[in-house]
Amino acid sequence: MIARTLPIAVAVLALLTLPLWIGGTYYVNVTSQILFYAIFALGLNVLAGYGGLVSLGHAGLFGISSYVVGYMLQLGYGHTAAILMALAVGNVSMAIYALLSLRSTGIGFIMITLALGQILWGLAYRWISVTGGDNGINVPTRPAPFGLSLADSGNFYYATLVVFLLSVIAVAIFARSPLGAALMGTRDQPRRMNALGYHVLAIRFWACLFSGLLTSVSGILFVYYTQFISPQTLALTSSAEVLLMVISGGPGTLLGPIVGAGLVVVVKNVVSGFIERWNFLLGAIFVAIVILMPEGLVPGTVRLWRLATRKRAPAKAEIKTEGKP
Amino acid sequence: MSRKLTRRQMMAATAAGAAAATFKFPMPAIAQAAPFKLGLLTVKTGPLAQGGIQMEQGVVTFLKEKNYTFAGRKVDFISADTGGNPAGTKTKAQELIERDKVDAILGPLAAFELLAITDYVRDQKTPMLSLAGAEDMTQRRPNPYFLRPAASSSQAMHPMADFAAKELKLKRVVTISEDFAFGHEQMGGFQQTFEEAGGRIVNKIWPPLVTPDYTPFVAQIADCDGVCQGFAGSNPLRFMKTYAAAGLKYPVVSGETGGDDALLRSFGDEALGLYSCCPYTLDHNTDSNKRFVAAMVKDYGVEPGFYAAGLYVAAAVVAAGLEKSGGKTDDKEAFVKALKAVDLKDTPRGPIKFDHLGNVVGDFYIRHLEKVNGKLVNKTIKTYKNVSQFWTYDEKKFLQQPVYSRNYPPLKT
Amino acid sequence: MTFYLVLTVNSVTFGGLLFLLSAGFSLIFGLMRIPNLTHGSLFMIGAYIGATFVIGLLGVKLNFWLAAILATLAVALLGALAERLLLRRLPGDQLAQVLVTLGLSFMAADACLALWGGDPLNVPTPDGLGGFVRTGIGAFPLYRVAVIAIAVVFAVALWLLLDRTRLGAMIRAGVDDPDMARVVGIRVSQLFTIVFALGAGLAAFAGIIGGPILSVYPGLDQDMLPLALVVVILGGSGSLLGSFVGSIVVGFLYNFGQALLPELAYFVLFLPMLLVLLLRPQGLFGRHVP
Repeated sequence: MIARTLPIAVAVLALLTLPLWIGGTYYVNVTSQILFYAIFALGLNVLAGYGGLVSLGHAGLFGISSYVVGYMLQLGYGHTAAILMALAVGNVSMAIYALLSLRSTGIGFIMITLALGQILWGLAYRWISVTGGDNGINVPTRPAPFGLSLADSGNFYYATLVVFLLSVIAVAIFARSPLGAALMGTRDQPRRMNALGYHVLAIRFWACLFSGLLTSVSGILFVYYTQFISPQTLALTSSAEVLLMVISGGPGTLLGPIVGAGLVVVVKNVVSGFIERWNFLLGAIFVAIVILMPEGLVPGTVRLWRLATRKRAPAKAEIKTEGKP
Repeated sequence: MSRKLTRRQMMAATAAGAAAATFKFPMPAIAQAAPFKLGLLTVKTGPLAQGGIQMEQGVVTFLKEKNYTFAGRKVDFISADTGGNPAGTKTKAQELIERDKVDAILGPLAAFELLAITDYVRDQKTPMLSLAGAEDMTQRRPNPYFLRPAASSSQAMHPMADFAAKELKLKRVVTISEDFAFGHEQMGGFQQTFEEAGGRIVNKIWPPLVTPDYTPFVAQIADCDGVCQGFAGSNPLRFMKTYAAAGLKYPVVSGETGGDDALLRSFGDEALGLYSCCPYTLDHNTDSNKRFVAAMVKDYGVEPGFYAAGLYVAAAVVAAGLEKSGGKTDDKEAFVKALKAVDLKDTPRGPIKFDHLGNVVGDFYIRHLEKVNGKLVNKTIKTYKNVSQFWTYDEKKFLQQPVYSRNYPPLKT
Repeated sequence: MTFYLVLTVNSVTFGGLLFLLSAGFSLIFGLMRIPNLTHGSLFMIGAYIGATFVIGLLGVKLNFWLAAILATLAVALLGALAERLLLRRLPGDQLAQVLVTLGLSFMAADACLALWGGDPLNVPTPDGLGGFVRTGIGAFPLYRVAVIAIAVVFAVALWLLLDRTRLGAMIRAGVDDPDMARVVGIRVSQLFTIVFALGAGLAAFAGIIGGPILSVYPGLDQDMLPLALVVVILGGSGSLLGSFVGSIVVGFLYNFGQALLPELAYFVLFLPMLLVLLLRPQGLFGRHVP
């Protein structure tokens, strides 16, 4: 038990004290970004990892919530109304998205979600009377819950951290819940699940809604962080990026998407300051992960660690990972 | 993680050293000055990289010329790649301001990048010199820390419209430009001046920024005697090609991005005859411009265009401002004031100064694209002297009208 | 009237270009079940390589068609390498296939920018095709008409290849039922490489053929990939006829949508795809649901 809880306690402590030791607001801001992208990736992981449903249109859903916040504030509503509306619209959109895309699985699901994502992007891009097109929408202020202004990057970090920890706990509970187990069952053995009397479609639908909720939450954090929203946020590249976070970290694990989010955000924002060809590097990292650690960074590292520490049973460990579809 | 820590420790160490140097020892004049940190927000990857790379080349050319020294202070130059998207721009602006603690920012490239960071930069009180459009940054919602040493979106279009109406004698013009603020504002400026001079805009066409094929839009050009295009990046190239392929022969006029000198190496004969109005022109016949062009050709093998020249001049403004403030940047308000008071008589684009809102007042050149000895050149045919962002209009009246947009001025029916 | 005529001709031209791009995509998708997200990159690399020789950037200036063949072969080789070295390690693993093809497209886009710079390359129209075709109803650029002809020739050639040759029979068998094909002794592994190289080569050929119309610039890959996806979903994966019809439909939707309903242009472009996915998931001419 201690072996499991100790690393978690250390990690949480490190995150709680992060502004004290990380050395500058810039790194605090980068960490905030990692955290809300991690929420986004956790949300997608519910579908892509636990459910085996690879969505390539999630940036569209992410962007809807961001746009609703921007649009509501532009209309003169307060932050509370804007956030609530964003959550509501985000979830209704997710429900529609799910109803349309769940008719298919596998590669068909990838294609439908890609189409849906492109439609949402197309609307943001060209429906200029509402979205402002390429000019985007400015969000002039950040909210101040309990009198704590989130304009301060430290406060924003802690607010994001709270939401992040809640999201991690929610996903952990979900993964252990009957619904989570059933979802993984539908991923691995859809026919058997059906035969056992599970309503496969309903299980997937609820998983979509949960994924959508996390996506909306991260979209809201994103728009308050950048205080600006434009169609690029909804583009195919953004959907691909978050999917890459999930896959590179380790789909179907709790830690994987978080590590993946860290990897992508750090390469995009920090490493890019040192290496001009960072896009190439990012692409090369993804290809390398597929070749060297096809199961993702987190499970791959665990495998290597076991190989290194338990010399007597390397073959067994390999069989284990090979056996996993 | 460990690498990050090391770098941070190293930076902390240097910072501590620098602090020790400034506080503990009263140093003689030369050593007392910490390096002046100059940041650049540009785009070096992705579709907008063409202009972004030239921006960096322009700055570096100026820095080399000054031996990386402004007003006796060594210049630390930090270039950041925004990737051309607003979220990246915000992060990179934070990197420059919060981590690198720059004294001034050059860039960014695009209006939507600028809009994404203007509030943040104002809150951080960091002077920013950009060539991006977004008129209201120096008009109705001025940012006191912002200077635009290149041109506001419509600044070149007012004289272009004047020329089109009075000298080209155009009467009915179709405008076509990208569907975002820079395009809207350019075309708005053109329409206002052109219609006041007796012309008439018969149609306004707005293709999106990303348009693989312009034919559906070019097909709508009809019932006119001239076309005004306001494309940016590589789009002018593709537009002119489609325009020629459609067999259209009306004269085409454009602004600084539509007929940019840097595009000449990519343009083919389809662009012959294009008129453009630009705050910089390659054939500007002064020593300072010849020096700049020669340096660009030597180092990069390319002749500069608007983006490189714009940033070269922006860097020159920073150098002159620092000189004026006596090398001091601690008082940011005083530094910005010094920057706005810069009055340069001789830059590659000619003399420049700033109005009280931080926008440039300078010469604008009307050029005609011709072929000389088998090479495409923009030949300057007329110079409008001392053009401000308000053209000939009264500032107060101009600021009372709405900002140029997709629907302002409205199309007359 | 000319307005609609011009749009119509251009829709067909654009459709022809899309057909060249998406035919290979469709075969790869149908036969190998790989969502090949590098297809836009292959188009762009082909365009860049071709443009290099047409313009003579390396000091070697070639005839347009020679350059096109060279670019096609070079990219076909690249495709074969990518298939042999990377994709075949990941059969049936769509997550990994998405990751690796996206990773490759990131690398390709950045490598093109590093090698060719950000300046757009203007590809001149091939000799003899620069003029106009004058008919009673109007003048059309000759090159655009030529692109239609090229697309039709390729469509016929591909149809002959698939329908009349042994290789084609094997590909069709593989598309219909890969397991059965393997059982009856078709070397599916070799077939995959051939099809991938063919698809990559076709994309590259489309890139250079499109050069005089679209020119070559960073970001071209991202502009084209979604269009190819729409075509394949509309037409149905693995179906040549589907790609052909899908390309023409998308050509029309794109051109008329942009001109007549600019605010909803992308909605108009992607909505039919969604409808097809919902009402006929296998696509208009596809045999089975992917």
